[in-house]
Amino acid sequence: MAGGRGIPDTTLDLQARINSMQAGTLDSRRLPTVPALAHILPGGGLQSGGSYTVRNSTTLAMALLAGPSSTGAWCSVIGMPDFSVEAAQGFGINLDRLILVPDPGSQWLTVTAALVDVVSIILTRAPDHLAPTEWARLKARLRQRGTALITLGNWKQSDSTLGVAESAWEGLGSGSGHLRARRLKITATQPSGRLRHAYVGLADLQDASPEASASTALAQTSFGPASTLFEPRLMKSS
Amino acid sequence: MTTPPPAASPPTEAAAGTAPATRTMMLWCPDWPITAALREHALPADTALVLVDRGEVFACSPAARQDGVRRGLRIREAQARSTGLVSLPYDPSLDERTFEPVTAAVETIMPGVQVIRPGLCAIRIKGPARYYGGERGAAGVVFRTLAAIGLTDLRIGIADGPFAAEQAARATDELEDDVEQLVVIPEGGSPWFLGSYPLEVLEQPKLTVLLKRLGIRSLADFAALDASDVRNRFGVEGALAHRRARGLDHRDVVARRPPPHLDATADFEPSLARIDQLAFAFRTRAGEFVDELREAGLVCTALQVRLHTESGEVSERQWRHPRWFDADDVVDRVRWQLQGTNASDHGLTSGITRVHLVPEIVEDLADHADGLWGTGPDEGIHHGLARVQSMLGHGAVLTGIIAGGRLLADRRVLIPWGDTPAQAPTARVRDRTQPWPGRLPGPAPATVFAAPLPAVVVDARGNPVDVDPRGLLTADPSFFSAGPHDDRRPVHSWAGPWPINERWWDPEGRVLNRFQLVDHSGSAWLLLLEDHAWWVEASYD
Repeated sequence: MAGGRGIPDTTLDLQARINSMQAGTLDSRRLPTVPALAHILPGGGLQSGGSYTVRNSTTLAMALLAGPSSTGAWCSVIGMPDFSVEAAQGFGINLDRLILVPDPGSQWLTVTAALVDVVSIILTRAPDHLAPTEWARLKARLRQRGTALITLGNWKQSDSTLGVAESAWEGLGSGSGHLRARRLKITATQPSGRLRHAYVGLADLQDASPEASASTALAQTSFGPASTLFEPRLMKSS
Repeated sequence: MTTPPPAASPPTEAAAGTAPATRTMMLWCPDWPITAALREHALPADTALVLVDRGEVFACSPAARQDGVRRGLRIREAQARSTGLVSLPYDPSLDERTFEPVTAAVETIMPGVQVIRPGLCAIRIKGPARYYGGERGAAGVVFRTLAAIGLTDLRIGIADGPFAAEQAARATDELEDDVEQLVVIPEGGSPWFLGSYPLEVLEQPKLTVLLKRLGIRSLADFAALDASDVRNRFGVEGALAHRRARGLDHRDVVARRPPPHLDATADFEPSLARIDQLAFAFRTRAGEFVDELREAGLVCTALQVRLHTESGEVSERQWRHPRWFDADDVVDRVRWQLQGTNASDHGLTSGITRVHLVPEIVEDLADHADGLWGTGPDEGIHHGLARVQSMLGHGAVLTGIIAGGRLLADRRVLIPWGDTPAQAPTARVRDRTQPWPGRLPGPAPATVFAAPLPAVVVDARGNPVDVDPRGLLTADPSFFSAGPHDDRRPVHSWAGPWPINERWWDPEGRVLNRFQLVDHSGSAWLLLLEDHAWWVEASYD
């Protein structure tokens, strides 16, 4: 019995290694990405067929959806009843091509697999439990269909993990003003373990036009946190 | 008088001479809009009823007319003249819908019915007269057939040409009430019959005024004029009116082609109580329904499904499709209607005995044909989403639109895939272009909680923070927790209270105060204070 159990384990282990190696050699088909995020993502943008985890920010996930959606791709949001369509439109996501499945119930995998066939990018809440074999099958399907999967939450099995490390808001005082602008430090962990980060403003994420925000984003990364206005107020995030 | 140019004159004369008017039977149901409304709303025949179109009386029942109500009165004036007046909005489609069974009944006994408008239809009498043994015999058959479907107030006029026949049908007003309401003008008698009528029956007000000024009072006077002179002086319109006045109606009876029967029904004996049984039993019929439509060159884009149960209940619902229904889609709709999104949706208590499909909107197949290389990615989208819908139900796959409102949850309206925004509950879709004072400024939060989370906000000493009746804070907020399981977070910066006063005149209205808080980690939250309780409305995560 013990030997019998060992063989599938070895197979799974090997399969996982093959998968991780394949992830690095995906074909170079890239989905359009918001320029502010493009250069911290592995491969210089969202890869079709890739899987990404966004740790702690719906805003960041929306910014990832915005790039493909603004060029006419269909997007789907699964298992997120609190997703704000108004904010999504603010990011340039086309609501006519946004499919919401707020409550897939126990059929998360089936629904996700069905939508992988038809949409270009999927945003979903991380499932509570997914067997490694099921994940491998889903990943193969993603790669075959060229669909990108963005998972929100702590999900270790993705190609790349993004998160908001620091965040600062402008415009709010003690009892006065209102939230106006936000600055974020975004980190991206690559499969190799390398960490990249970028300082971006909320307005950069919302602006999907390439030339406008590319310059600002590049300037900010090359010179570090350029804005002196915010620098002292950047705070540690969860 | 000048001689008319010879080129213009002979064709007119020749046409007038060689084309005799078609012998026509005209069926007229007086006050058809009223009859239709009485039938639809199951009101007694002696109700004082008016149909209102844009604030004015469009049609009135005989009882209302006796009280002095006339067409064109303002509704208030009509109500003043007739107490106990029932007024309903005028619905032209109702007229047509209710007249359809009448036309169908006539078509079962004689072919070639032309519906001129609901309540008035013309039939070429030549064939039926020969078959039923004379024109009066044919009319008698029509009376009996329509009496069998409950239509008693029917007038029939038979004459040469539709115009004379219509006037003959209207002339039945002069007859006694207890005889058959039938006027037959013998062949060739139309000019004589029409002669005594005033010019108003031509329904050409300008021409009528002009002729009256010229001293012409009746159709006989008008008919006595020379045709070519009339044509030269009054143009084509005048010439056509002149021919009508002479009993030479230029119009022919254009028989309508009965529309193909597209409805589909399936009866189940014994009744079926389980959804999967029904879906299985109905699949073949649904396939036939779609095939019949396709043979007629049509596709159905909106479908009405009626389910009849053993105890006589009927569940009725309209379904739309983003493309068009195929057999599986139809079966899915029947199933969803039975499953319902909630119990009150269908509320059926016994087994299903009959499923009735009515295609509400059909479109030409050619407009929906697949391209040579497919119709692009959208086709795949519809199939994929239909699959998910058949797994989870119609209401589980949604698209979002932004509506008006002060609270963020009101501004998000989710519509099932395939439905139109117009089908969403109207109370929820509010106009976005209105100013909505009190709505949120600045960037929109990414997470809007469908059900607000309870929150706690305290001041530096740990006492709860509240807003006093004058709208001022009792203390500055120092700590808060968002959600029941959240840790206590120190407040870094905050703003508020921003009062929201929704529908203050309405007992269901709400008085809220909104706050923005940024915690020590730099996350921003939107909190609501209502009735001394704090809620998290949204999170800028």
